[in-house]
Amino acid sequence: MSPASRPSSSSVSSSLGYRHRHLLGIEGLSADEIGALLDLSESYVAQSRGDSKKTALMRGLTVINLFFETSTRTRTSFELAGKRQGADVINMSVAWSSIKKGETLIDTAMTLNAMHPDVLIVRHPESGAVKLLSEKVNCAVINAGDGSHEHPTQALLDALTIRRRRGGLKGLAVAICGDILHSRVARSNIHLLTALGAEVRVVAPPTLLPAAIEGLGATPFFNMREALEGCDIVMMLRLQTERMHGSYVPSTREYFHFYGLDREKLAAAKPDALIMHPGPMNRGVEIDSEVADDIDRSLIRAQVEMGVAVRMACLDMLTRDLRHNDTQAGAS
Amino acid sequence: MGAASKDNGRTAYHNARLLDPASGLDTLGAVLVEGTRIADLGPRLFNGGVPEGIAKIDCAGACLSPGLIDMRVQLREPGEEHKETIKTAGMAAARGGITAMAALPNTEPAVDDVAGVVYIARRAREAKSVKVYTYGAVTRRLAGKEITEIGLLAEFGARGFTDGVKAVADSQVMRRALSYARAHDQVIIQHPEDPALAQGVMNEGAAATRLGLAGIPAAAEAIMVDRDLRLVELTGGRYHAAHVSTGAALEAIRNAKARGLRVTCDTAPHYFTLSEADVGDYRSFAKVSPPLRAEADREAVAQAVADGTVDAVASDHSPHDQESKRLPFAIAEPGIAGLETLLPLTLALVHGKQMSLLDALACLTWRPAEILKLEAGRLAKGAAADLTIFDPDREWRIDPDKFLSKSKNSPFEDYPVRGQALATVVDGRIIYRAEGFGGLLAEGV
Repeated sequence: MSPASRPSSSSVSSSLGYRHRHLLGIEGLSADEIGALLDLSESYVAQSRGDSKKTALMRGLTVINLFFETSTRTRTSFELAGKRQGADVINMSVAWSSIKKGETLIDTAMTLNAMHPDVLIVRHPESGAVKLLSEKVNCAVINAGDGSHEHPTQALLDALTIRRRRGGLKGLAVAICGDILHSRVARSNIHLLTALGAEVRVVAPPTLLPAAIEGLGATPFFNMREALEGCDIVMMLRLQTERMHGSYVPSTREYFHFYGLDREKLAAAKPDALIMHPGPMNRGVEIDSEVADDIDRSLIRAQVEMGVAVRMACLDMLTRDLRHNDTQAGAS
Repeated sequence: MGAASKDNGRTAYHNARLLDPASGLDTLGAVLVEGTRIADLGPRLFNGGVPEGIAKIDCAGACLSPGLIDMRVQLREPGEEHKETIKTAGMAAARGGITAMAALPNTEPAVDDVAGVVYIARRAREAKSVKVYTYGAVTRRLAGKEITEIGLLAEFGARGFTDGVKAVADSQVMRRALSYARAHDQVIIQHPEDPALAQGVMNEGAAATRLGLAGIPAAAEAIMVDRDLRLVELTGGRYHAAHVSTGAALEAIRNAKARGLRVTCDTAPHYFTLSEADVGDYRSFAKVSPPLRAEADREAVAQAVADGTVDAVASDHSPHDQESKRLPFAIAEPGIAGLETLLPLTLALVHGKQMSLLDALACLTWRPAEILKLEAGRLAKGAAADLTIFDPDREWRIDPDKFLSKSKNSPFEDYPVRGQALATVVDGRIIYRAEGFGGLLAEGV
C-alpha cells in the first residue's frame, strides 16, 4: 500500500488541522486539531489490521525514543509506530537519577542535534522537562509523558477508543478514578475530554485530588458511587504502591474498598458503561480482575491497539512539512 | 429494675423537671419509656395519673435530662486493666449520670485497626452498662507518621480520629489526615500541644519557677491550635481541639468559628475549676496534660464555656493507680479520674451564675452528640431512652476513695460540690440508682 492510497493522510486539508511543530500536551489544542489527529489515526487502525502493516512514508527519517524513565508499553508502542511508518527508530534509555542537572538535559539536546533526528519522542520524570528540551532541539518533539503534567498520546488513544465505540465524545459523562494528583494521564484526558464536549468527573480520596481541579473543568468527587452515577465511561488510573502505605492512602485494602472498581461500584454507572485503564493494572488494588477482563465492558486491550495507530498519526502529522519539502526538493 | 422493664417495658417517669437543652424545654412533666425508646413526654403527660399496666417512677421534682455524653475518656482496656476496665469505667460513668462515653484509642495495643474497634464494641456489649464509643487512631501505633484505615474504621463504628494524649505534630500528616477524613465525614480530634514546647511538667509561670519544675508555656497550645486552624482552612476538614486550657487558644477557636470553619472544642472541668496554684506543694493528683494554667486562663476557660465557644465539657477521665501517681511530681503520670465528678463540677458554673442550667447541660448532651454524629443527647419521641435524673442542688463532698472507678486519682478530695445523679437510664434500663431514689419504684408492679 502506498502512502498516496490513504486519502486522509495525504490530503492538504487535514494537514491544516494540526499546525504545531511539536506535540507537547493537549492543553491549548482546539477541538478541530484533536479531531484531525483522531481522523488520521482511524486510517492507521485500518493499516495496522491489514496484510501490510508497514509503509515507506517516513523512509529516511530518524526517530529517537528518548526515555528518562523506564517504560515498556509506551516505548514499544512508539517504536512500532515509527517502524510501521518506515522510519529508522533508535531507543535511548537514560537513567535520570544519575544526571539530575538542568544543564545535562541541555547537553543532551546538543548531542542529539548533532545526530540530526527528525522526531524526538521524550519521556521524563519531571513536569516541564520535555518542553524545556523541545526549545533546544532542531526537530519535532512528542511528549511521551512528563512528570505529573501531560501524556498527550495516551489521551488521544483513549479518545479514539471511545469514539470508535460510541461514535463521538460530546455529551458523554466520563469518570476518571484514582491518583489524580500525580497523574499526567488524568490531566491530558481532562483537557481533551472537555475540549470535545464530554462531562468530566474525577474521583479520588481527598489526599490524591489536586487543589483547584475544578479550574481544569472537572468536577471532583470523594465518593466513587456518586461519581459513577450515570457515567458512560469509567477510566481507572494506576496507583503507585509506594503511595499506599499511610502517606496518601492508609492501605491497599482500604483503597480497594472505597476506590477499587468492582461490579458493585460499577453498578452505579450506566448499564452499558465502558471501562478503561492506561495500564499496567494493579489487579485487586484499583480494579477487580472480573471487571478488567469483561470483554463486553472493558476497552483495555482496544486501548493498546489504538495506541499504535494514534502514534503513527502523530508521526505522520509532525513530519508532514518535512516530507513535503523533501518532495519539492526532489522535484526541482 | 424489675419495675422498669415490666410488661411490654412501659415505664413512666413522672413528677420530673424535664430539661431538653436542644429544644429549650424546661417544664414539670413526665416521660413515657416503651422498651428502649422514649414513647412520649411533656408537661401534660399523665396529668390524670399514670394508667394501670405502666410502671411508675416518681422523680419527686428532680431534673430529668437526656443522658450525659462524655466525649473524652480513657478506659485502659485493653492493656492496663489494673487501672481501669470497660466494666469499672461503665459503673463509674453510670454513677456520674453518664449514659455514653467516647474512648481514646491510646490503649495497649492502640485502636488503630478494625480489630481494635470491634474488640471495644464487644467488651462494651458484655459490660452491659453505659454506651461506649471508640475513636480510631489517626496514625498507626499513634506514631504520628502513617494515617490509619480511617474509612474502614469508620465503617466499623469509630466515631472520630485522634492520637489520644499525643498531638499529631507533623504538619503534613495532620494536613493529610484532615483531608483524607473528609471523604468519610470524620472529625480529627487533636491534643493541641506542640510537643517540642510541651516538654515540661506544669504550667510555665510563677508556681513552676518557685517549685523548680520545668514549665509548659501557654503558647504551646495556642501554636498548635493556630497551625491546625490554618490546615482546616486549607483542607476543609472537620477539626476538634480537645481539653483546651488557655485563653489564647480559645480566642483562636472563637475567631475560627466566626469565620465559619468546621471547628469545635471541649474542655475538662478541672480547667475551669482549678489553676496552677492547686499544684500546691507538688500534688501529683493535680498533674494533668495540658497542665492546670494561670488563674486568668482558668477564668477564660469558664467564660468560653459560658459563652458557648466551648462545645462540650468532657471528664477527660484518666485513671491511674497509686503507683503511677505517688511519685515525684515530674515523673508522676498526668491525669484525673473524672467520670464521677463531671456533672457537679460543671454545675458549679450554673450555681456561680455564669451560665444557665440548659446551656450547661447542652455541653454534656446534644452538643457532644453532634460532634460525634451520635443520635443521642435529646429528649424526643422515638429517641433512645438514655436519661439522667439528677438533683442539681444536693450538696456533697467528693470522696475519691468511694469512686467506683478502679483508680481514685483526683485532686478533688473533700471538695464541696452541688448536684448529683439520682438515676441513670440507658436504652430504657436503669443501670444506676442512688440510694433512696425511686423509693416507690415498686409501685404499679
